[in-house]
Amino acid sequence: MTTLQIFFIYFAVMTTLSSILVITRKNAVHSVIWMLVLFVHIAAIYLFLNAELLAAIQIIVYAGAILVLYLFVIMLLNLREEDTKKKFLSQWPLGLITGVVFIMFFILILGKITVFPTPGKYSVEFIKSEGIMMTIGKVLYTEYLLPFEVVSLILLVAIIGAVVLAKKKIS
Amino acid sequence: MVPLSWYIVLSAVVFSIGVVGFLIRRNIIIMLISIEIMLNAVNISLAAFSHYLQDIRGQIFVFFVIAVAAAEVAIGLALIIALFRNKPTLNVDEINIMKW
Repeated sequence: MTTLQIFFIYFAVMTTLSSILVITRKNAVHSVIWMLVLFVHIAAIYLFLNAELLAAIQIIVYAGAILVLYLFVIMLLNLREEDTKKKFLSQWPLGLITGVVFIMFFILILGKITVFPTPGKYSVEFIKSEGIMMTIGKVLYTEYLLPFEVVSLILLVAIIGAVVLAKKKIS
Repeated sequence: MVPLSWYIVLSAVVFSIGVVGFLIRRNIIIMLISIEIMLNAVNISLAAFSHYLQDIRGQIFVFFVIAVAAAEVAIGLALIIALFRNKPTLNVDEINIMKW
């Protein structure tokens, strides 16, 4: 077992543990803090895959923006009385069984995966010589220009929709 | 070198944890967080396939998924605030006004 594999196992175990902790904590603020741990470890897993830009985006967007949004909403809503109630639905064993079936399903189809015999041109050496930003930027702004513009439209709709939904009605 | 199957197993496990969290929790904020966990699991497998097929498009898809996730969180949390204003609870059992 190489050093890389040992590090990967550490990050994989921490990702799994922190996601279990996210869904089992009673206090929502604790869940969000464990989600921060989860996102940082997933960013580290992107670094294993030579996706430095994705690791940076993961930290900036998830840990920087989405997490703060969650914390703000939890603090805006007064949740004192929620702490005393039960945290799981009464049919929780059914949900657990569904999760186990999901894992079994994924593990069973794992043996069927075959990596495409002729890999593409974006090898590690190619990306190293050109730079990750240059490589991603070239594909994003030529081949995926229309989806990129659609994403900007989605974000605009999200901004307007959030304001319309969350604002107080003026009587 | 880490084998591809390790990434896929990790992605499957994290996705299943997200599914379980969505199904068993009462708190609607934790249910939204579970959706985030599922999206992150899919991102891991997209990035892993992108690396092993030597195709950069997987990373572009992750970029789009992250952008859509950000939009989804903004809308979802606005919905929760609007819901909380009408009925001061986050418990999904008690939000049954549209139940037949």
